[in-house]
Amino acid sequence: MKNKRFYLIGLTVAVVLAGFLSFYASSSPDGLEKVAIDLGFIDTAKESAVADSALADYGVAGVENERLSVGLAGILGVIATGAIMMIIMRLIGRKKD
Amino acid sequence: MHIPDGFINIPTASASAALAVAGLGYSVRAAKEKLDEKAAPLVGLVAVFIFAGQMINFPVAAGTSGHLLGAVLAAVLVGPHAAALALTVVLAIQALLFADGGLTALGLNVFNMAIVGVWGGYGAFLLVRKVLRSTRSAVLVGSAIAAFISVPLAATAFSLQYAIGGQGTFAASTVFAAMFSTHIVIGIGEAVITTLTVGAILKTRPDLVFGMKKAKA
Repeated sequence: MKNKRFYLIGLTVAVVLAGFLSFYASSSPDGLEKVAIDLGFIDTAKESAVADSALADYGVAGVENERLSVGLAGILGVIATGAIMMIIMRLIGRKKD
Repeated sequence: MHIPDGFINIPTASASAALAVAGLGYSVRAAKEKLDEKAAPLVGLVAVFIFAGQMINFPVAAGTSGHLLGAVLAAVLVGPHAAALALTVVLAIQALLFADGGLTALGLNVFNMAIVGVWGGYGAFLLVRKVLRSTRSAVLVGSAIAAFISVPLAATAFSLQYAIGGQGTFAASTVFAAMFSTHIVIGIGEAVITTLTVGAILKTRPDLVFGMKKAKA
């Protein structure tokens, strides 16, 4: 498979997962949360300092439609992750020379 | 498995952060040495895929969900050094932009998932691959077993942090037993997703898979 096609497919899969399928993700507590609830130390958790930020909890502030809100947040996350990662890789690559 | 602020006290979080930084420093040096420029886009794609995959919580036992960790997936695809960096980028973005995982807990989370999950998982992968004589199916079996192990391994790291600096009053052994048993189940999902993804890339672009390179591993 050619590079371009390979990366295009890979990126599409990520966007579909974060932008569309994320809406259907289970909302049950994850493993750590569940253990914390069951044993009873969940109340030692403090709210994150960025808990009120525009993208907190994978939703875009002000977007009422839940499907749109989580999907947009997911796609923004994909873009941010990809951009930061590529910048870091470029910095690492450059220092080699 | 993202630890929120408050679960673990600040001294323990700071110590974990220091260990995480040391581990990342090593990872950066190793990445500089072992990665060729061709690998950079795959590292980007792996980070993006892990971010997306971690949004998809799948149901496990009653009232519990799990999601991809991605540590072994990344390590097999791009090598443990770049994988540690990719997991760290994902965890940092989740904590800073999405309030997923605490800010003071970021060092704890990076240590558990990006260092212990990645390097521990990759160690397990190498061991299995060696036993199975480094064939393509050895890479798949190694990915499956290592991915399965990596989840309870990271959960064990949390249990240690809880034993040292947990703010709750529960016995460390109780927390460990609950964390371990829950995350063994989640590890099955991790193994399935990791094996399917590595398998798909081995089929289309085996040349890109770090875990296939014998000399460099």
